[in-house]
Amino acid sequence: MGRARTIARRTFLIGSAAIAGGVAFGVWRYKTPYANPLEPGLAEGEAALTPYVKIDAQGVTLITPRADKGQGAYQVQAALIAEELDVDIAEIKADPGPPSAAYWNGALSEEIAEFSVPAGGAMRQVAETGVSAMSKFIGLQITGGSTTVPDAWDKLRAAGASARETLKQAAAEEWGLAASELKTENGRVIAPDGRERAYTELAPRVAGMEPVQDVALRPPEAWRYIGKPMQRLDIARKSTGTMTYGIDVEVEGMVHAAVLLNPAQGGVLRSYDSSEAEAMRGVTGVVPVTGGVAVIADNTWRAFQGADAIEAEWGAAQMPETMEGHWQILSESFTAEAQDSQPRDDGDVEAALSGGDPVEAEYRAPYLAHAPLEPINAIVRINEDGTVDVWTGTQIPRFVQNNVGAIAGIDASDVRVHAQMIGGSFGHRLEDEVVKHAAEIAVQMKGTPVKLTYKREMDMTHDFPRQIAMARARGTVRDGHVESYDLGIAMPSVTVSQMGRQGLSVPGPDSQIVAGAWEQPFAIPNHRVTGYRAEGLAPISSWRSVGASSNGFFYNAGLDELIEAAGADPMEERLRLVSDPLARAVLEAVAEMSGWEGAKMGEGKGRGVALTRSFGVYCAEVIEVSDTEDGIMIDKVHVAAEVGRVVDPVNFENQVAGGVVFGLGHAMNCEITYEGGAAQQENFYSYEGMRLRQCPQIMVRGLENGDAVRGIGEPPVPPAAPALAGAIFAATGQRLRQMPFNKFVDFA
Amino acid sequence: MQITVDGTEHELDVESGMPLLWVLRDELGIKGVKYGCGVAACGACTVHIDGEAVRSCQVAAGDVWGPVTTIEGLGSPEALHAVQAAWIEHQVAQCGYCQSGQIMQAAALLAETPAPTDEDIDFAMDGNLCRCGTYPRIRAAVKTAAKTLQEG
Repeated sequence: MGRARTIARRTFLIGSAAIAGGVAFGVWRYKTPYANPLEPGLAEGEAALTPYVKIDAQGVTLITPRADKGQGAYQVQAALIAEELDVDIAEIKADPGPPSAAYWNGALSEEIAEFSVPAGGAMRQVAETGVSAMSKFIGLQITGGSTTVPDAWDKLRAAGASARETLKQAAAEEWGLAASELKTENGRVIAPDGRERAYTELAPRVAGMEPVQDVALRPPEAWRYIGKPMQRLDIARKSTGTMTYGIDVEVEGMVHAAVLLNPAQGGVLRSYDSSEAEAMRGVTGVVPVTGGVAVIADNTWRAFQGADAIEAEWGAAQMPETMEGHWQILSESFTAEAQDSQPRDDGDVEAALSGGDPVEAEYRAPYLAHAPLEPINAIVRINEDGTVDVWTGTQIPRFVQNNVGAIAGIDASDVRVHAQMIGGSFGHRLEDEVVKHAAEIAVQMKGTPVKLTYKREMDMTHDFPRQIAMARARGTVRDGHVESYDLGIAMPSVTVSQMGRQGLSVPGPDSQIVAGAWEQPFAIPNHRVTGYRAEGLAPISSWRSVGASSNGFFYNAGLDELIEAAGADPMEERLRLVSDPLARAVLEAVAEMSGWEGAKMGEGKGRGVALTRSFGVYCAEVIEVSDTEDGIMIDKVHVAAEVGRVVDPVNFENQVAGGVVFGLGHAMNCEITYEGGAAQQENFYSYEGMRLRQCPQIMVRGLENGDAVRGIGEPPVPPAAPALAGAIFAATGQRLRQMPFNKFVDFA
Repeated sequence: MQITVDGTEHELDVESGMPLLWVLRDELGIKGVKYGCGVAACGACTVHIDGEAVRSCQVAAGDVWGPVTTIEGLGSPEALHAVQAAWIEHQVAQCGYCQSGQIMQAAALLAETPAPTDEDIDFAMDGNLCRCGTYPRIRAAVKTAAKTLQEG
């Protein structure tokens, strides 16, 4: 990371592409540089030095194009720019900026490109086709995959450095000095004789200049923000009820809308009777939308009441009638025809299995809703001049432009997306159903802003959930060690389902079917991981840690059973098998933090360990439980993760603890089940997540041994469930092979 | 009907069955009070009526029995309540959407139980759901706020 990099106005974005792994994507970008998306919107006296820094007489605005859904994205993006720009982070504004291809996410492509490497021959070609389709998706300014920090790490520091040097150049010209004689501090350029110019005063002069291109990034010892605890820019507002989320936005003349959607997911609306709703106070209109009916009223509650009063006839969903049918499809998908990929095949698994007495087990992971606490919502206004305004929190602003443009019959470039703070996402805001529904209503009432809020029940039952998945593990042991491990995983393709809703077809294998399993750092002599694609199930979407959210459990749980059969210790055997020093350090860290001396901790107490590599991050967890009169109590969780660089220690700790709670709460307490295509869990009373009383103490350590800087939003999720299952086994002798665990054990 | 919210009296012309939550948010524009579930399962809409923490989604406008305090009346960025100050000190919030309710619940707890035990905190705060998982920091912030309030 210490290498100095040079920056060119139109190529510093491309520089990042090369850093991000040099896929075809980078070359394509190189050939089609993007214009600075801030330039068309600039007023007199404003300067946009790079696509990430805007300066005018009022102040400095840092553009933070990755959406903030509570993970602190605005903060970390602002800090990276401020580190080089020499501005006080408390004094600047952060703005998500306009949707633009210039804000493409380079790090997501690296994650995807890696998957194409192990596949050979024809399969590799297919995989690469898939990569290029994925790149299209990526090119559209996505927030996701724990990529904000990796993507921003060089790009935003470079943007800050370029802006700083250009400001120095502007002052140097004014004073007749050399730029090298000047220094910067706190938003000012300072001459050796003490003369000062605020950046804001230099903005008009800078507006006409070519940005300085050759700038070396500062070495770590010069950093003021990176690696040090920061107070989040939004923390005071979020502690006083003064933060405005999308659901709080009011636009003049706005009406409120609610929808009643076909309970059978994806089924059509046949007919409806709205006479009762239309007679209700405040209800001003009822219109059909895709898959349901919308009620327009003068406040949110009246719209909800109206929607509840609609009688409708619905079409059926395209999925099995019962959950048994869903599981049956998965169970029947472990076939050669349904094989999607086999990215790992070390040694001779077949020989080992036939030569020994294999241990076999089957595992299951249910559908799960995202259920962020802010129900999804959007405001859309179709303007008389042929443009459209959208106010919403989204991780896919450019898709929102395209989709709303298509509904309104206008060009996507005439859709303005006003990005809003998001009250949690966990992947839900990678979908835009609510925006499309709002647009469908708004086109029927031109000129009137329509705010659509999904009632909690609509948000939960019409979510595109986490994939349902099944795994079959087989393996043999010899001389007290794991000798072979064969893991097959069947699930629907999240990539195909999610991108299909955006009109993209994705050929080739889906890396998510095997993510969190095939790339694990264990040198088991005979080791195979196979993905099977199941068809005909419910539509699904990316849920915090995506494929790895189920596969981290499958992989570690299967490994634990083999280790048990070998009579070995779960920690010691993992340490013996681990093949990457970075992963070893992570395991050693949690062993040390927990004082690991075996899985059993005395009567009714036990600990479990799991390690998952996901999103390029090794994350290990040791969980300690007690079997009490009231049920299983989780006492402590020790977590270590290798992220290359902890950019903000406070936010890092918060993200890790939150990821652990997220992983545990769903593994313990949550599932979405479908009957006749309708989700049976409608609200938090039947989809609890984790409550405060169940929350353990969580100890967190970030390791910085690696070269690559990684994001931490998702990696703590996958190891949580298997570490808990291992701990419960150690405490009670009961193996848990299916989530949620509360179907099989009580939790205190 | 009349209600008093954060020290201001309001004359309302709404259905008596409209939940206080929506009176506050849509009729009075007090957006600091959040909608999360509508069925008293998440606590995001928690306000005080006569000092008692209640789920405003479950109180009909016609049944409001005393003055209402919302997160916006508890304190402001310029004049923080001790609980809000503790929330900032501990950097509790991630997405922040549940925190209005968490803070109101904690403030009511501390008004009644100035030195809560861990069990008191678990019991009082258990109905307030946080999907981001900020619970460890919530526990720490409640304790800090208790200390501040006791030291007066």
